[in-house]
Amino acid sequence: MISSRRPLSPHLQVYRWQITMTLSILHRLTGIALAVGTLLLTYWLAAAATGPDAFAAAQGFIGSLVGRLLLFGWSYALFYHLCNGIRHLVWDAGYGFEIATTTRSGWAVVAASVVLTLAAWIGGYLAMGA
Amino acid sequence: MNLRSPLGRVRGLGSAKDGTGHWWAQRLTALALIPLTLWFCIAVIAMTGADYAAVAAWAGSPLVAGLLILLVATTFYHAALGLQVVIEDYVHHEMTKLALVLVVKALSLVLALTAILSVLILLFARV
Repeated sequence: MISSRRPLSPHLQVYRWQITMTLSILHRLTGIALAVGTLLLTYWLAAAATGPDAFAAAQGFIGSLVGRLLLFGWSYALFYHLCNGIRHLVWDAGYGFEIATTTRSGWAVVAASVVLTLAAWIGGYLAMGA
Repeated sequence: MNLRSPLGRVRGLGSAKDGTGHWWAQRLTALALIPLTLWFCIAVIAMTGADYAAVAAWAGSPLVAGLLILLVATTFYHAALGLQVVIEDYVHHEMTKLALVLVVKALSLVLALTAILSVLILLFARV
């Protein structure tokens, strides 16, 4: 709601792209996605408390193609938000503000979140096969 | 010229009165969620493909149930605080903003209670 005609600062597209800006909005987006994902966590626990049939239905949904795709997205969101959250906590403690450092820690977060997601899924399929 | 009263300055609070409390709670829950989330992920990955009895026995053991309740409470507290910031950043209509924040808080509370009661049911069903 713009109530006055004051001049606005230049909008996002005038800035040169940097990794930090993408990671910043991704942190917020993954946070929102994870908040929605708490529905699945609650459903899973409630199903387990309800009984074997309800739990089987929940596991059936999670194991379906749609369920696995959702879980894959949520697992990446979780590991990203976790890694980048640690990056934020380091900033909150007052460290790592140099431009070169923020770029480097940003790419480290991307790498760590991808590795953790893949490790989680490989681990899950191994556990299922065992 | 400084228009703030000496009392206002010493309390360090702006017109919103409680910004640091929200900020601090968000960081503390984030810190607690690092070990809790990693523990939960490893446990769930190890249980992939496990049957109902195994999952129920796992969630119903006292230590696991305690950690699950901590995880659920911290998660929903952290999520509600985070969503509140997002709403306050993007929703500029005062009543809509207030309503959305209240809906988020109410939903978080209901979901958190549902999840915690589920863990308690599994805990007491086992005894």
